[in-house]
Amino acid sequence: MKKTLFALAASAAVLFAGQAMADGHAKTKACFIYIGPTGDFGWTYQHDEGRKAVEAAFGDKVETAFLENVPESAEAQRPIEAFARNGCNIIFTTSFNYMDPTNKAAKKFPDVKFEHATGFKRESPNVSTYSSKFYQGRYVQGQIAAKMSKTGVAGYIASFPIPEVVRGINAFILGAQSVNPDFKLKVVWVSTWFDPPKEADAAKALIDQGVDIITQHTDSTAAMQVASERGIKAFGQASDMIKFGPETQLTSIIDDWAPYYVKRVKAVMDGTWEQVDVWHGMADGNVVMAPYTNMPDDVAKMAADTEAKIKSGEFEPFTGPVTKQDGSEWLKKGEKADIGTLLGMNFYVKGVDDKLPQ
Amino acid sequence: MEVWVSIIISVCAASTPLLLAATGELVVERSGVLNLGVEGMMIIGAVTGFSVAQVTGNPYLGALAAVAAGAFFSLLFAFLTLTLVANQVATGLALTILGLGLSGMIGEGFVGQPGIKMQALEIPLLSDIPVFGKLLFGQDLIFYLSIALVFGVSWFLFRTRAGLMLRSVGDSHTSAHALGINVIRIRYLAVLFGGACSGLAGAYLSLVYVPQWVEGMTAGRGWIALALVVFASWRPARLLVGAYLFGAVTIAQFHAQATGIAIPAQFLTSLPYIATIVVLVLIARNRRATIINTPASLGKPFVPDH
Amino acid sequence: MRLELQKRPQSSKALAYLSPFIALGLTLVAGAIMFTLLGKNPATALYTYFVEPLFDPWARDQIILKATPLILIAVGLAVCFRSGNWNIGAEGQYLFGGMVGAMIPIYFNDWQSPLLLPMMMLMGMIGGALYGYIPAILKSRFGTNEILTSLMLVYVAQQLVDWLVRVPWRNPQGMGFPGTKSFNESAVLPDLMAGGDAHYGAVFAILAAVLMWFMLSKTLKGFEVTVLGQSPRAGRFAGFSARQMTVFAFCLSGALAGLAGIAEVSGSVEKLDDKLSLGYGFSAIIVAFLGRLNPLGIIAAGFILALSYIGGESAQIMLGISDRATRVFQGMLLFFVLACDTFIHYRVRFIPTPNKVNA
Repeated sequence: MKKTLFALAASAAVLFAGQAMADGHAKTKACFIYIGPTGDFGWTYQHDEGRKAVEAAFGDKVETAFLENVPESAEAQRPIEAFARNGCNIIFTTSFNYMDPTNKAAKKFPDVKFEHATGFKRESPNVSTYSSKFYQGRYVQGQIAAKMSKTGVAGYIASFPIPEVVRGINAFILGAQSVNPDFKLKVVWVSTWFDPPKEADAAKALIDQGVDIITQHTDSTAAMQVASERGIKAFGQASDMIKFGPETQLTSIIDDWAPYYVKRVKAVMDGTWEQVDVWHGMADGNVVMAPYTNMPDDVAKMAADTEAKIKSGEFEPFTGPVTKQDGSEWLKKGEKADIGTLLGMNFYVKGVDDKLPQ
Repeated sequence: MEVWVSIIISVCAASTPLLLAATGELVVERSGVLNLGVEGMMIIGAVTGFSVAQVTGNPYLGALAAVAAGAFFSLLFAFLTLTLVANQVATGLALTILGLGLSGMIGEGFVGQPGIKMQALEIPLLSDIPVFGKLLFGQDLIFYLSIALVFGVSWFLFRTRAGLMLRSVGDSHTSAHALGINVIRIRYLAVLFGGACSGLAGAYLSLVYVPQWVEGMTAGRGWIALALVVFASWRPARLLVGAYLFGAVTIAQFHAQATGIAIPAQFLTSLPYIATIVVLVLIARNRRATIINTPASLGKPFVPDH
Repeated sequence: MRLELQKRPQSSKALAYLSPFIALGLTLVAGAIMFTLLGKNPATALYTYFVEPLFDPWARDQIILKATPLILIAVGLAVCFRSGNWNIGAEGQYLFGGMVGAMIPIYFNDWQSPLLLPMMMLMGMIGGALYGYIPAILKSRFGTNEILTSLMLVYVAQQLVDWLVRVPWRNPQGMGFPGTKSFNESAVLPDLMAGGDAHYGAVFAILAAVLMWFMLSKTLKGFEVTVLGQSPRAGRFAGFSARQMTVFAFCLSGALAGLAGIAEVSGSVEKLDDKLSLGYGFSAIIVAFLGRLNPLGIIAAGFILALSYIGGESAQIMLGISDRATRVFQGMLLFFVLACDTFIHYRVRFIPTPNKVNA
């Protein structure tokens, strides 16, 4: 009985401490909502690396917390609010479908700052949105693929036909065509972000269909492992997957959220936080290419050159002339795509050997 | 030709875990017990197999441990349903829920590690025969085991005395009991066998299919194995057909997409389930065949009167 | 030593009421052991899980919200299970009901009328009942195993809804993301308390539980359910039709699952999206058994399970206990409930066996 009472007192103390921190200015609390497990070695893993960077940067001055496997639905409302009520000063919600719950919670907790990844709704002044131009990396990958492929066909394991994914596919094929105008791309939709056996099946089917380069917009390392078994090359996704295919990975697009997270938490500490809508790319250090491996030097050099040009702003992947899949003109020569079209992209460009699921 | 061989090997890989788990469940159901916990036992097998292989560096030890873990986990089910005559449907479900949670906890430290793949056994000379060589003599050990197991179980059930006893327990536990057969012991053994098979099926996923540990990586395969047993109307040979049909559909949907056949992915994904329902209806309509094979005591609790 | 079961001449009344509590107690003990193994203070952990949310009005509101679909589905399942029909596919009926109910606001997004909500709820129930009718008719017509067909239909419903919200029903202003337009206000089920999240679905749940309790314990239909469930043969002699009962039970539980689906869509999500399926249909099976298949018991059981979800989340936030622990908890709870049930009907005796080499 005594013990229980003690435990009750102890947990009450924990509670109290939590609240004291919220308004005691002693520590800034940064909290994260994740869609997957932190060990997915893809999307969520990288966000968690960002969280660790925040801890490393500010040491004792911050406290962080996270929730894994939060479903992307109205269900997310509750954990977000629970965070806000538990003294979090800034909350990062790291998947697209947390958009509505994040905005709803933001209205209820005007003193808490909310940061929503990949979204576009900012309904109150305490909500910011941030995303990265991963398609820049896809363009570089496309160029490498066209150089490395013998069959002239690459395979693309795609998750859902949302603009983010379609943009990646288009950037990839544009990059490939800049090297080989006849390059083809086969796309398989697996309707999941994360299901390793299914991703492996899709990779096998693509290889049997004659592709000799695999790229993916799903989060597991399964496709990399299959490619490695079959002796072909592949690109990693979201994080550096080199240890899953030491002789397979050509490069990988690494989502580096650390600079942004550190900056935003700092802003909260300094009291300078303001609403923003950022779409960072290579230039800002948010889209990083893993080392160019398993390719001849001239290919690596070409990739590095393109990367440098994109970084310096000299080149943008979606620059005309670009023709849509149906043959109609999208961008005139030299014309750059406008952000609105890119954000809502729902069509293929020429050369994709697939019908976009509508 | 090469392409077809590699497609067939993909189909084998997709079918093997289903076949293994279903073979185990078939024996369980033949003894008159319905264990809906296949998914849970599989995932326990997957996580045990992976973690033991990581720690020891030997995928075969991992597979062995998975077999033991699956059997051990099924003991929980056996104790509840056989000794304590708890409801089999609900207990099986509890086993699945528990297995999914427990495996997540066990595997926490192993997430994101590249695993050790159980390599194919390239039998010298034979595996070099064009086309058939790779197919018949160049696959992994568990694949061979799964095929051997189907025939072994078929032989056991229909050609041995012990098999006859097991079937008689499943058909009518009261008459089997009257004949002096230890109903409970036979059912315990059957459930353990089922658990062992499911454990191995799980290990196949984490050691051969995709050598890594991922939470929930069975992704409903345990439930498909259950459906396959009914699909096969409790005959091992038909199980072989069913499992490979299912594996083929799984692989075919990606090929259909890659060749540009425009069917909504959702339709293709649900196709195997619809097919199972249709087959369930078809076999159920064929009353005579079903009645002959269905264990009459399936799912009914047995309490020996003393 | 071995165990021997002896059937009690009469089921123990006292144990029948006590057994869920014993099971809960055992789960707590096992949970405490688990937390200790995880290196957490078990008392703090259990307090965070099961006590603390009860003192927080916000958490209480969330518990009600979470318990709503669980109770609605579980009371339907109780009728089904009691009649000997194993509906494992409530998740599919929940989805299908949610989808059918959502059709009105999807096709007539601007229509506002006091009739709208009742019509949506009704459509949801009809949808769920129709989807439950499929395994029922397959069982009663062809003798198909309903456990498997109802389960397979869950996957089919998931894929169907997924396709609908991505292709024909997708919000054209949604930047290509899956999900329909948000409903207008008159299609949204009102909240129980202003500013809260729990909605009127909770009232439906309690009403449904009371109605089902009344039907099971006070009407002839309830008697029919029990008789057919315990002995189909005896039921036949009494002139009851097991086939009609299968259809009745499945449609009833389907309708309630469908109501749970549309209540969730309308009251909580406020649109149809691809994340409606959260496993309530499966968790409700635990709830049904924890409530001993008694609708009033199910109300309590639903709240207990909802509490474990909400408490589990605060344990994750405050103590860093992962969400897997919650699932292990739920699995153990069901195990203990089932094991304890045995003692209601049987006396368990331990019989020492003389040492033998081959036991």
